[in-house]
Amino acid sequence: MEDCLAKKMEITVSEAEKRTGRNAMNIQETYTAYLIETRAVESQSEGQCAPVDSLWRRYSEFELLRNYLSVTYPHIVVPPLPEKRADFVWHKLSADNMDPDFVERRRIGLENFLLRVASHPVLCQDKIFYAFLRQEGGWKEMVNETGFQLKADSRLKALNATFRVKNPDKRFTELKHYSDELQSVISHLLRVRARVADRLYGVYKVHGNYGRVFSEWSAIEKEMGDGLQSAGHHMDVYAASIDDILEEEEHYADQLKEYLFYAEALRAVCRKHELMQYDLEMAAQDLTSKKQQCEELATGTVRTFSLKGMTSKLFGQETPEQREAKLKVLEEQIQEGEEQLKSKNLEGRDFVKSAWADIERFKEQKNHDLKEALISYAVMQISMCKKGIQVWTNAKECFSKM
Amino acid sequence: DTSLAEVNSFSPSVPISPSSMINQYKFEDGPELRDLFITVDDPESHITAIETFITYRVVTKTSRGEFDSSEYEVRRRYQDFLWLKNKLEEAHPTLIIPPLPEKFIMKGMVERFSDEFIETRRKALHKFLNRIADHPTLTFNEDFKIFLTAQAWELSSHKKQGPGLLSRMGQTVRAVASSVRGAVKNRPEMFTEMNNYMETFSQKINLLDKIAHRIYKEERDYCSEMKEYGPIYTLWSASEEDVADSLKGIASSIDRCCRATEKRMAGLSENLLPILHEYLLYSEILMGVLKRRDQIQGELDSKVDALANKKTEKDLFSEEIGKLEDKVERANNALKADWDRWKQNMQWDMRSTFTNVAENNLHYYEECLATWESFLASQTVDLHVEEDSEDRP
Repeated sequence: MEDCLAKKMEITVSEAEKRTGRNAMNIQETYTAYLIETRAVESQSEGQCAPVDSLWRRYSEFELLRNYLSVTYPHIVVPPLPEKRADFVWHKLSADNMDPDFVERRRIGLENFLLRVASHPVLCQDKIFYAFLRQEGGWKEMVNETGFQLKADSRLKALNATFRVKNPDKRFTELKHYSDELQSVISHLLRVRARVADRLYGVYKVHGNYGRVFSEWSAIEKEMGDGLQSAGHHMDVYAASIDDILEEEEHYADQLKEYLFYAEALRAVCRKHELMQYDLEMAAQDLTSKKQQCEELATGTVRTFSLKGMTSKLFGQETPEQREAKLKVLEEQIQEGEEQLKSKNLEGRDFVKSAWADIERFKEQKNHDLKEALISYAVMQISMCKKGIQVWTNAKECFSKM
Repeated sequence: DTSLAEVNSFSPSVPISPSSMINQYKFEDGPELRDLFITVDDPESHITAIETFITYRVVTKTSRGEFDSSEYEVRRRYQDFLWLKNKLEEAHPTLIIPPLPEKFIMKGMVERFSDEFIETRRKALHKFLNRIADHPTLTFNEDFKIFLTAQAWELSSHKKQGPGLLSRMGQTVRAVASSVRGAVKNRPEMFTEMNNYMETFSQKINLLDKIAHRIYKEERDYCSEMKEYGPIYTLWSASEEDVADSLKGIASSIDRCCRATEKRMAGLSENLLPILHEYLLYSEILMGVLKRRDQIQGELDSKVDALANKKTEKDLFSEEIGKLEDKVERANNALKADWDRWKQNMQWDMRSTFTNVAENNLHYYEECLATWESFLASQTVDLHVEEDSEDRP
């Protein structure tokens, strides 16, 4: 990785703050603002740290940034934002956007987003992105001035519309299938994981009831009392331990969620390619039909049925001058069309080349990240088991002294 | 196949887990001094025109002189056990008769003749007889001996003798009547303490029973969710290449942990739940014993009161009173001794059961730990292999 921004600058989303303000419709609303801190990375200087710059941004501005990047770099798998609303919650987790735990996890997710963009070889060089990090005022205007909304293909929003592409690129078709599968399997996984977490919570917490009852029972026992009392204490410890365990597991869920949303980004690239291909084929088709019209006019033969042909047969042919004029227009259009087709073809080939390069980069990143996530999951389970062994060893000792 | 209902089969030679065997009875005087060994097994279904019922095989091995033979094999049904319990209660009203599993109750979804129900009952009946055998007094009871040795027809004819239903009812009526009349007035401090103890004890055991059942349910629900969780990783591995092995590794680790959970649940249902249930029954039994002691004392007290009012017939009364005083003293002593014995056994049972629970949980976590550590090891091995292959040209 060359000199991506992440290597030259420290980026953190360090704080979150509740704010109230008036929105575009002049209605009072509460939202959360996030503090972005940046600092140039010094190379081993004498304890002199570069000053920290900071500014506040809200989630909607992050969304604006991402939309801009998606439109401006259609061939890039753009890193996703953390979820807008809390999803895949289990009973202890709140689904409230204002819940401090949710806000905290979102803060981490936003930081992760910025770091992903900053370490992307192409995206990190974008000026709008840099301004997002460093320029407090006037950023929104700057983004809108790029006119990226005009470039946005409204057809991309119609997710279910199908465009029949005659010669689909097999690689992209396969990739689209993969992204669908990934989305489906990860969301299923997250849903069941939430239920497992719920159940595990139940198992641990019910053990907490032992503590109280043992303590009350120990009051009437002479010899068993001490053992019961201390065992009860360990049961309380056991019951309390699940909170930290499950909080850690949420991080794992967040890692999976990132790739759930990455699957969407992947799909978007495939979609853009599909549309490009479609436009290309439409343009080629159009050119062919125009060429045919040209030929028919020139030779006077009608090979294909056309309304013009019929009307000229019924109402008489055109004058040679009319025909000349028409031919000229057509020839101009054909020339234009051929140039357009050439550039579209070029565009298409460039797109495929750069998209595929980014997809390879993405694949490597995904394999690495998933493997790490799975390893961290195993580490969490190991830690949970060790805690369990600790508690039950202590409890066993207490019980054996009853 | 490790489904719970099939963990224990009907055959007598099924290996009972060592810890549950220790649970079954404590050797009071040490195993060397035992001279009566009883097993209950081999449930069999009997269908007649009127009813369907289960009989159990009761095998007794003994070296005692009073027994004509050294080995007996008889078949008994639940009614017979109930008869035995009633006879023992009659003969020893202030001794603590071990608990008998209840008559069939519509508890949850267990059917009357389900394997699970029959097996649970068999184990409880086995314990019942062995506890009687362990009891210093009850073990020599004549009805007990007949129960263990008589053939079916002998037992029925013996049952027909002795105080009938009506006379037993009469006793109960008198007992209830006398218990209302200030039997608590002259109760020795010791028995009031026992009463107070039993009230609290039975409350706590009740709560523990509920907690244990709740834990069992939560573990079962957790297990069933895990069963759905693991396979999703396998499904995912089908769309991946590089990460496929890691995903499959997670799936198989989750599967192993799931089976470890099932073992943990089995431990609960084999040890903790039955013991807590028994002590629930014991609470009722003990309250009953304390009441009967009060009644016996009540008989004495009411006679003493009557004497105070009558100036004549003093001699007749004093003889009766003397007899009642003896009766009260015997009852009190029997109860006191049995109470001490019961408390000791209870302590032993609780200690061993809860220690067993802790051990079960330890085994569970140790197995899961081993599973995840081996998964982790497999991942780091892969990493090293990848690094090596990168170095090579």
